[in-house]
Amino acid sequence: MRTYIMKRLLLIIPTLLGAATLVFLIMRVIPGDVALLILGGDQGNIDQKQLDAMRRQLGLDQPLWMQFVTWLWGVVRFDFGKSLWTGQPVVEELLIRLPLSLELALLATMVSVIISIPLGMLAAVRQDKWLDYVIRVVSIGGLAIPGFWVGILCILFLVIFFGWGPPLEFTPPWINPWLNFQMMVWPVVTVGYRYAAVTTRMTRSTMLEVLREDYIRTAWAKGLHERVVVVRHALKNSMLPVITLIGTEFAFLIGGLVVTETVFTLNGVGRFVVDAVAHRDYPVVQALIFLTAFSFVMVNLLVDLTYAWFDPRIRYR
Amino acid sequence: MATNIELAHTTASATLAPQPTAVKTVVKFVRTKPLGAAGAFIILAMMAVGFSSGMVAPYDPYSADYSAQFARPSVDHWFGTDEFGRDLMSRIMYGAKIALFVGFTASFMGCTIGGLLGVLSAYWGGKVDLFLERLMDILLAFPQLILALAIASILGPAVQNVVIAISIPIIPRAARVVRATALSIKENVYVEAVQALGAARRRIILRHIVPNVVAPYIILLTAQLGGAILAEAALSYLGLGAAEPTPSWGLMLSGSALSYAEKAPWIAIFPGIAISLGVFGFNLFGDSLRDALDPKLRRKG
Repeated sequence: MRTYIMKRLLLIIPTLLGAATLVFLIMRVIPGDVALLILGGDQGNIDQKQLDAMRRQLGLDQPLWMQFVTWLWGVVRFDFGKSLWTGQPVVEELLIRLPLSLELALLATMVSVIISIPLGMLAAVRQDKWLDYVIRVVSIGGLAIPGFWVGILCILFLVIFFGWGPPLEFTPPWINPWLNFQMMVWPVVTVGYRYAAVTTRMTRSTMLEVLREDYIRTAWAKGLHERVVVVRHALKNSMLPVITLIGTEFAFLIGGLVVTETVFTLNGVGRFVVDAVAHRDYPVVQALIFLTAFSFVMVNLLVDLTYAWFDPRIRYR
Repeated sequence: MATNIELAHTTASATLAPQPTAVKTVVKFVRTKPLGAAGAFIILAMMAVGFSSGMVAPYDPYSADYSAQFARPSVDHWFGTDEFGRDLMSRIMYGAKIALFVGFTASFMGCTIGGLLGVLSAYWGGKVDLFLERLMDILLAFPQLILALAIASILGPAVQNVVIAISIPIIPRAARVVRATALSIKENVYVEAVQALGAARRRIILRHIVPNVVAPYIILLTAQLGGAILAEAALSYLGLGAAEPTPSWGLMLSGSALSYAEKAPWIAIFPGIAISLGVFGFNLFGDSLRDALDPKLRRKG
């Protein structure tokens, strides 16, 4: 196990380095002068002095390799500079917004797991029967409905029928759980249902694969009851791939957070990205894009380690 | 030399087997995959509406009519009007064209570039493969929407930029799938045989590997279409897609739609139904196509 962990840890270094390089390239090489964009120069004429000052402030007057080294050094020290909009360090701004997004992400994951695992299992066991069709249509339908529209419908419903909008100020659950619940319940529904739709489909297909294994046929041949075969033999063995889901669907979750926080005007990390893009706050955009990739790599590392812990075959591959 | 290779490439089995007619194939698909057929119907309907919108739409989607602001859904305006008095149904019909254009071009570009990289990576192997694989891993570390958001933010809001922003995150996903298929094909005896005959690399790739990755490529393409339409809607909603007054579905839901919620809820309802229905059709169709073409998922016995 220790060698596996070491190997897996060493493997993430080139990925993170590559991600940092790619973010740098996207922000610098794609045509468009960042300094000009920030000053709004794409529509009007701009004072050359102002432009030079902005370039100096962003460090864009330095040669490209120098900028790259500065960026990498910042990444290593977790120092991403200051926001152009508020003047505060990016990391500080991020930490203020993190608890809300984490709570939303965790609750949505929980809701989706509770809904999706039984549904996916049922659909697989009754493949090509009406129950399977219903579950598949509902989950494909769930995927088709854009998250932001569900958010809009929630607000529409609340405003029209109850004349009530969700509270605007974030209250941590340890201060006032009821206020926190009032604020979070609809966003959790909005993020969670889409997540549940994906997980249901994944559970269905892993279950289908497991149901075709030899040991399942043996279990049937022994004359075991359906419930025993499904729950004790099939479900247990298809749970492991479901752990991987949490890793692969992480990207999905982030996309959900961005859109949902914008609809509900929640001051979380997702909306921070959208606001930074809207304000042309490039240091923040650059930092946040790298940090999402960073957290994605970390989540997958954790998933892989959990997986190896449960399944010793992987450690010795 | 060249004639030898021609001989090696006759497809005898294909001509011997009875070819099912197109009609029979369609009938079989409808009977065995009712969900897929329903999806195909929705897609065809969406295409018909999108391409005929110029003739069929009752109003000009761009012209404001301040005497008909916030009109309720009625005989004149089936879906009502928005804050500028523009007819929502006409705007949704024109929007279908934009959604289809972005969906098709973005997933086509992404899957084609990704597919080519996948084939190259599998065939060349060695350092090229290692480099491309690492690159794809790194690209995959960025959530689709975040990467599209970053690219769109630098390119600026315009329909063609949205296409680029959506297609880039598709590339690594397509490359992965196609590479895996191409690798398994490369191991086949017939590929070794043409290799032994001294066929050029380009020829092996084009005539022996590419035709065999067409099935996974098509599955990928249909699977990405719905997602691409959804991504366009999300980007437009966030203000990074098409700019006003383009009748993009996502844009129609952004900003003002919610502020007039009490007065005119239909502004926020109909475009959402259009997005959901369109993506639902593509997903249903793609799902059934994968079930039908992927032998791993085919039912035994």
